[in-house]
Amino acid sequence: MATRRGFVQAGLGAALGLAAAMGAGGPALAQEAEPIDVAAIYTVPVEQQWVSRIHLALQAAEERGDVTYTFSENVANTDYERVMREYADQGIDLIVGEVFGVERAAREVAADYPDTAFLMGSSFGPAGENFSVFDNWIHEPSYLTGMVAGSMTESNLIGMVGGYPIPEVNRLMHAFMDGAREVNPEVQFLVSFIGSWYDPPAAQEAAFAMIDSGADIMYAERYGVSDAAEERGVYAIGNVIDTQEEYPGTVIASALWHMEPTIDRAIAAVRDGSFTAEDYGPYSYMAHGGGSLAPMSADIIPGDVLDMVEAKRQEILDGLFRVNVNDTEPRSTR
Amino acid sequence: MLGFAVLNPTYETVSDSMLETLDILLTASFWAATLRIATPLIFGTLGELICERAGVLNLGIEGIMVAGALIGWLSVYMGADLVTGVALAFLTGVAFGLLHGALTVPLALSQHVSGIGITLLATSLSYYAYRIILPDVPSPPRIEPFQPIVWPILSEIPLIGPSLFAGQTAMTWLALALVALTAWVLYRTPVGLAVRACGENPAAAEAQGIDVTAVRMGAVAVGSGLMAVGGAFLTMSAFNAFFFEMINGRGWICIALVVFASWRPGKALLGALLFGAFDALQVRLQQTIGGDLPYQLFLMLPFVLSILALIVMSRRAAYPKALMVPYRKGER
Repeated sequence: MATRRGFVQAGLGAALGLAAAMGAGGPALAQEAEPIDVAAIYTVPVEQQWVSRIHLALQAAEERGDVTYTFSENVANTDYERVMREYADQGIDLIVGEVFGVERAAREVAADYPDTAFLMGSSFGPAGENFSVFDNWIHEPSYLTGMVAGSMTESNLIGMVGGYPIPEVNRLMHAFMDGAREVNPEVQFLVSFIGSWYDPPAAQEAAFAMIDSGADIMYAERYGVSDAAEERGVYAIGNVIDTQEEYPGTVIASALWHMEPTIDRAIAAVRDGSFTAEDYGPYSYMAHGGGSLAPMSADIIPGDVLDMVEAKRQEILDGLFRVNVNDTEPRSTR
Repeated sequence: MLGFAVLNPTYETVSDSMLETLDILLTASFWAATLRIATPLIFGTLGELICERAGVLNLGIEGIMVAGALIGWLSVYMGADLVTGVALAFLTGVAFGLLHGALTVPLALSQHVSGIGITLLATSLSYYAYRIILPDVPSPPRIEPFQPIVWPILSEIPLIGPSLFAGQTAMTWLALALVALTAWVLYRTPVGLAVRACGENPAAAEAQGIDVTAVRMGAVAVGSGLMAVGGAFLTMSAFNAFFFEMINGRGWICIALVVFASWRPGKALLGALLFGAFDALQVRLQQTIGGDLPYQLFLMLPFVLSILALIVMSRRAAYPKALMVPYRKGER
């Protein structure tokens, strides 16, 4: 029964497709104006800092009419491969997502669907012909916010609360620490990981403990840290998203990630048929507009610090200064 | 000589960490954190304890806490005051409790299966409702949560002043009061006697004219309500916004704490405080001696210590005799 119905449907579909193609007067012309189909698969809700940047860039592309955008959020890693295949089977042109928990399986799916373009957040390199990778390479603005923190701390103790010490978290933490050390060799760091991406009360507890033992600047990698800083009246440094408006007088500088350069480049590549396996990581660098320093709180940060950070920002943009990349797990230095 | 050189750093690390631990135990911040971490566990453990005392295991706890966390926070976000938010969270828990009760008490279905089903249902429904109500927000909206109550004079006492009488919100005080209330009701009132009788020997309870179905349903409803309030504590007192997955296994910890407590409210408080203390300690140790040891070791600490405590405590635990045994009227 089911087979016969499927056969009839397939036949009908093919006939209709043929008619549509003939009616449109050549598929090539039609494709030029049509938006491409993009689907995103996220393992967390779209409010999560990291994923929200991808979501934002894709929403912008949809508003411009470049793409039709659908997404699945909160997909468990165990379901991830299945959802990828479902979208690929639907004929989606470009699938965006994050494969930190399913690196190998995701590459196998991509190999099975050579006509689909995959652009995935990944700790590893591109694969095959159609599996490109990106990541939040915002170590440059993180370094700059580190300089702010190093200048602003009076206790010479900076607290850092992270989710898990994975490369993309470690890298930004190290860049931040390097920046702080450049302007203040005396500075020490307290580092702790809460073993969850989504436990703001736990992150807040870790931050409270740091503040109570003397930290006067908090590096807010997780939700909950800025709240602790606000409650105890110390400063916080934002990461990935700009929370300065939500925490005025608390978050004084933020390293931002912008996915637009990465997404727009991938869309253009899919459109003109030039999409290949590529590392899109550099499109998150400051030079490409993928990373930036949010406007700093000029009423709190002294002018000479602002000038110094601005000078370093220019050096990075001019290619005169390269921020070190260090993926090892950061540890407390005290 | 060589042996000494190898052993020496280990010895120093151990003695360092012991000194650090002592230092930490003498700070008010540590005790304040202990109570904050313990509060949702106190609510959850009491709730589970009440259900189990009546003979019904409630594995819906994790999901019910998620639902409570959502509804409490959402009510306040939509304009209700904090107390109404807590009340609505409680009622949400009651609703899920009645569902679990209906499946397991009159219908006598597997308590394990129904409980896990409730957890999955409550969790998914919460996420679904969240997304329907807030389809597109850049970050979860924040509310003005419960603020710590500063008691006059008492807050001046060293150590316990700042940690207990200046550092805790109304919800923590509610949790502490509920421990006493639950103990009093269970051991000093006819209602408590009926609940315990239904958990020990429902046939005997029935013979005394107690409606076993009604008592069990009531206990599961009230217990589930408390679980939901425990979830609401996280979004309305410990923090100020709702996040997917923020309950993060706290409900399952409560299940273990009930065993640790030998189904007694006083010991439940002790267990929750112990777990809170271990957790507050690991956060602090991670920052002081964390340079030398992997962070996973510290995250593991509260669980390992709790398992050890569980082994010691549960040797003499007397569980309700009719726990997980459905009662069918007239059946021998």
